[in-house]
Amino acid sequence: MSGSLGRASAALLHWGRGVLLRSPALRPRSSGPGGPDSGSTEHLDGLVKKDKVVVFLKGTPEQPQCGFSNAVVQILRLHGVSNYAAYNVLEDPALRQGIKDYSNWPTIPQVYLNGEFVGGCDILLQMHQNGDLVEELKKLGIRSALLDAKKDQDSK
Amino acid sequence: MELSAESLREKLLRELEADHVEVEDTTPSRCASSFRVLVVSSKFQGKPLLQRHRLVNSCLAAELPHIHAFEQKTLTPEQWDKERLKPLGGNYLQPQLLIGWFPRS
Repeated sequence: MSGSLGRASAALLHWGRGVLLRSPALRPRSSGPGGPDSGSTEHLDGLVKKDKVVVFLKGTPEQPQCGFSNAVVQILRLHGVSNYAAYNVLEDPALRQGIKDYSNWPTIPQVYLNGEFVGGCDILLQMHQNGDLVEELKKLGIRSALLDAKKDQDSK
Repeated sequence: MELSAESLREKLLRELEADHVEVEDTTPSRCASSFRVLVVSSKFQGKPLLQRHRLVNSCLAAELPHIHAFEQKTLTPEQWDKERLKPLGGNYLQPQLLIGWFPRS
């Protein structure tokens, strides 16, 4: 573990992101390596509980780098969920491995709702198809955009 | 370490006492291995999605670290029977076609 963290730190400095390492308070909510402990249980525990909807992706919501990560982004967009935390595992090898260990789940993307691991793209897709996602979002106080779209459809 | 669609299929059939397993090798040429699986087993009865998928993950625990991309669909025998009757029943392995459909009421 210390080997890959060392490389990550060296890479950060090389990219001129030394500021992030020195001032953790400035750590952005999404994207960017989190620092020397970015793969630790405590750090990840904090990340998944900080926001209601948290996703770990390959790439960013604006530019997903993988079809499955893109599917997660599209499903959230369909439901009108725009306020979520997205972490790009491609930017941080320690995060990439750490989140797999944390959830005991072998692949990215990973979706967390209310601090709880929900699953990957397959599960999110099935939840979207069978209506469970609308229900889970409702429990978090998020009204799915599809409910309004359906209302419009019914009223026509 | 055997990583063929057939070897995965046999392992899933055996260890999950599955009624039906389909494994599709989705590896693009010259890239790391990717698979898409469908498993139909009564072991999934009463279990939420995440638990079902974890069962499959444990079954393939030795193989997964060597697999680059992995998709899975887990159904009970009853769900599988219903699924086959749907118009797109044969296309269960192409979820990307179904994104964008509104959930049924």
